[in-house]
Amino acid sequence: MQFEPVIGLEIHAQLLTDAKIFCGCSTKFGAPPNTHTCPVCLGMPGVLPVLNRKVVEFMIRMALATNCRLNRECNFARKNYFYPDLPKGYQISQYAAPPAEHGWVDVEINGGKKRIGITRIHMEEDAGKLMHDEHNPASYVDLNRTGVPLIEIVSDPDIRSAEEAAAYLRRLHETLVYLGICDGNMEEGSFRCDANVSLRPKGTEAFGTRAELKNMNSFRNVQRALEYEIKRQQYVLEGGGEVVQETRLWDDTAGVTHAMRGKEEAHDYRYFPDPDLVPVVIDDAWIAEIRSSLPELPLEKRERFVRDYQIPVYDAGVLTASRALADYYEEVVRLSGEPKIAANWVMGDVLRFLNEEKRDIRECPISPASLAGMIRLIQQGTISGKMAKEVSEAMYRSGKTPQAIIEEKGLVQITDEDALAKTIAEVIDKNPTQVSQYRGGREKVFGFFVGQVMKATQGKANPQLINDLLKKMLAG
Amino acid sequence: MEKIRISKEEVAHVAHLARLEFGAEEMEKFTSQLNDILLYMDKLGEVDTAGVEPVTHAIARKNAFREDAVGASLPPEVSLANAPEARGGCFQVPKVIE
Amino acid sequence: MELHELTIHELLDRLRAGETTSAEITASVFGRIDAVEKEVHAYITLMRETALAEAARADERIRKGEIGALTGIPIALKDICCTKGVRTTCGSRILQNFIPPYNATVVEKLRAAGAVFPGKTNMDEFAMGSSTETSFFGVTRNPWDLDRIPGGSSGGSAAAVAADECIAALGSDTGGSIRQPAALCGVVGMKPTYGRVSRFGLVAFASSLDQIGPFTKDVEDCAIVMNVIAGYDPRESTSVPEEVPDYRRFLGKGIEGWRVGIPKEYFIAGIDPEVEAAVRRTIQVAEGAGAKCIEVSLPHTEYCLAVYYIVAPAEACSNLARYDGVKYGFRSEEGRDLMEMYKKTRAAGFGAEVKRRIMIGTYALSSGYYDAYYKKASQVRALIKRDFDEAFAKCDVILTPTTPTPAFRVGERTDDPMQMYLSDIFTISTNLAGIPGISVPCGFTAAGLPVGVQFLAGHFQEGRLIQFASAYEKHAQIEKRRPTL
Repeated sequence: MQFEPVIGLEIHAQLLTDAKIFCGCSTKFGAPPNTHTCPVCLGMPGVLPVLNRKVVEFMIRMALATNCRLNRECNFARKNYFYPDLPKGYQISQYAAPPAEHGWVDVEINGGKKRIGITRIHMEEDAGKLMHDEHNPASYVDLNRTGVPLIEIVSDPDIRSAEEAAAYLRRLHETLVYLGICDGNMEEGSFRCDANVSLRPKGTEAFGTRAELKNMNSFRNVQRALEYEIKRQQYVLEGGGEVVQETRLWDDTAGVTHAMRGKEEAHDYRYFPDPDLVPVVIDDAWIAEIRSSLPELPLEKRERFVRDYQIPVYDAGVLTASRALADYYEEVVRLSGEPKIAANWVMGDVLRFLNEEKRDIRECPISPASLAGMIRLIQQGTISGKMAKEVSEAMYRSGKTPQAIIEEKGLVQITDEDALAKTIAEVIDKNPTQVSQYRGGREKVFGFFVGQVMKATQGKANPQLINDLLKKMLAG
Repeated sequence: MEKIRISKEEVAHVAHLARLEFGAEEMEKFTSQLNDILLYMDKLGEVDTAGVEPVTHAIARKNAFREDAVGASLPPEVSLANAPEARGGCFQVPKVIE
Repeated sequence: MELHELTIHELLDRLRAGETTSAEITASVFGRIDAVEKEVHAYITLMRETALAEAARADERIRKGEIGALTGIPIALKDICCTKGVRTTCGSRILQNFIPPYNATVVEKLRAAGAVFPGKTNMDEFAMGSSTETSFFGVTRNPWDLDRIPGGSSGGSAAAVAADECIAALGSDTGGSIRQPAALCGVVGMKPTYGRVSRFGLVAFASSLDQIGPFTKDVEDCAIVMNVIAGYDPRESTSVPEEVPDYRRFLGKGIEGWRVGIPKEYFIAGIDPEVEAAVRRTIQVAEGAGAKCIEVSLPHTEYCLAVYYIVAPAEACSNLARYDGVKYGFRSEEGRDLMEMYKKTRAAGFGAEVKRRIMIGTYALSSGYYDAYYKKASQVRALIKRDFDEAFAKCDVILTPTTPTPAFRVGERTDDPMQMYLSDIFTISTNLAGIPGISVPCGFTAAGLPVGVQFLAGHFQEGRLIQFASAYEKHAQIEKRRPTL
């Protein structure tokens, strides 16, 4: 029997606010344990939550970017369960009345587009961190992360392969980062993904029993875990077995998923409206204000780059991988007027230098103005392409302008026809054998002369000019 | 026959959800008391509430916000001062198995 | 008269006139505490040293002419109000050693107004109870009859005011926990409108019902304390940013022409005849003062108790989930793993009544029962609220008994939860609707037990209640008695 995977993803994105969702503690990652805590996020008796307005704004941004319908009024609910990283014994989340529903995003799959539905987006607070002692029967609780704002984005069960899941994930990730509402750091847990996976016989409608996958902290792991889980379920079903509804953890090292060890009980979260928080009303004016401040999203940007700059789709994809990179490229284009050449230089040397040092475009020592200046110098024939390689490397190392580097290194291209003609005459004089070969029809020898002229001018001569003059002078 | 709203098994399940435990005698007493209380709640069935929006807040206030500004956190020794057990700046609990 | 027997306004007059000092007042209060506390047991924690220091600072300010609304006045705090550096137990073993690193907003406000804090008063555990018998720290006795309960849950505050162990006190009221003990102890107690007084730092029982309010010896003192504690608090989302009037403006004014609603559903079978007679007399007093009494109807009254005992426990079971032995408070040493630690801590840390309510609440919210219990109760709550809206379209205030009976005997109802719950039958609807209510003494039974009458008004009409209660107090001329201790 042919099986078809049915996958839905739940994404938790930490929002880039300065303060936590219900108190004034910092959201900064990596502080010593329990240094970003206060009575509110510690769940001390009698303290009360007040909602950070920016969390709502950020949620609205994502809802608009993913074509969701915003509900006029939403509520916070308490999700009740006991766990040491949950100091109040409940998580403040949203349940019956989510703020955003019925959205979608398009992802590119095998050269085509596929639309994946978004069931809902809601706001909630993050839990703390639990660390286990390997030598003692103890665990330790750090509540710095407690109350860091999250949005949860739940997809429709529209995803049919691990590859689609990865494409969807990348799309949401780049959107969140573009919107400036999430740093997207998967290792630090700013962007987390759980997956619901089930299989059903191809052509049928009903869903099979699903497993929930957790602990996949990179794009690659999500794809690998899903591939593994699909195969595992297929094996179970083909063997006449049944898939058990359970939570499974991805083991990166072993490359397998396994059922959680801890006793898992049927969840009964006893959601009810949080009496300590009041309804959030999102009116049209607020939506319009946020809509007008939305940046251009990656997909739109990509399409515009292809259309306006006439660059290949692949290049547009690379150049829009982040908002900062796209901005950098566009600034180079604006200052140089050369979109294609600019694309080659940014994707070539600039990204290569940065990747070698794992640096971000925002830290690039070559300013867009410098790169554009260098491109203009090439176009004007002041320096050759080969010289430009040297210039760009020097710009990257020193942060200096191309003019300064050219002067320092004396890199100006020889464009004086008389001077060059003199050098060429000397080369011709010194190599009578090759001259007669060339004149006898062995045109390949032409390259030899170019090389000799370049050598004599230490590479500073304009190659086009060399070609033209050599041809003329060898012709005798 | 007396009406039963909640069985001993259900009481045990609810106790587990609430992270409580009862001795056998206490269990009997609680089951019988909870049953009486729940029977009293049957009264509400008399009220026609079709189409009535539930009220979960005493006052209808909306949109109460704080601005996104970082304020002072507690020094960690103060955060941990009341902890039954703490170590290395963390609250300590019996080992959690995941 | 001894200083501790006086009211806030009488003492402020003397302080202003330089006839006494806060040190003298505070010493007098502690003298009284030393004399009667053994019998009454109104306090969980006494704050003698800090109170005397606060009194000394108050006297310094008074000498400089800086006299605030409550400068130098000893005001007791129910042990549900968080006090920075002073243990706050909520009457529970699970918080017996909890020392908050913060103050409740009301504590900050009282402090800023110059109040002196003699101590933290006893209460039913987590404010769950109507008799102050469920406290982990022992039973508080009614100063009028030590064999009887003072009411609850703020029984310690009510008893402390009645026994002159403080000049005034704060309590909290979730279903009558200020008004019922005020009535049973013969003092004035007000539950303000939900959102009027900040709940920040008030250990939560049922968040949509809880409200802090004053216990005082007369209506004028009630206005004075309300002036200090009322007001918007940005630390509470449900706090209402509405202007607070000067409540003293409402004192001593008439009530001529006022329409007083008498809800027929509140004069029911089972109400003690002496209580009913005393409350009926208040109707005559109101009419004598020029008010017009009319019958109104609150048709869903008989469902209030059922609604309350679903909504309050549902919120409570969630509010009390934080007491898990991890961050603060009691932890059982018997648990070998996390689950055992949780269960043994909570089983040993909470008393029977708290567990009962956690169980009811957990059940009412659990899968399969939410609609039948929590949702249904919230819908009936909407109807109860609507009843009041309709009634207040016809009248300015509503008058009812505060309690169906005078104070009952210690131990009389502890084994019968339903019987205990019935003592809140007249006070619960107020919290469900979020409206303000005040209980004022209206006489004594033949056995010498105080009886209270309750006045209710629409949202944010505390001023109206104070005006009505003040006029009633003046016209009724209730005999001034003190408990013999």
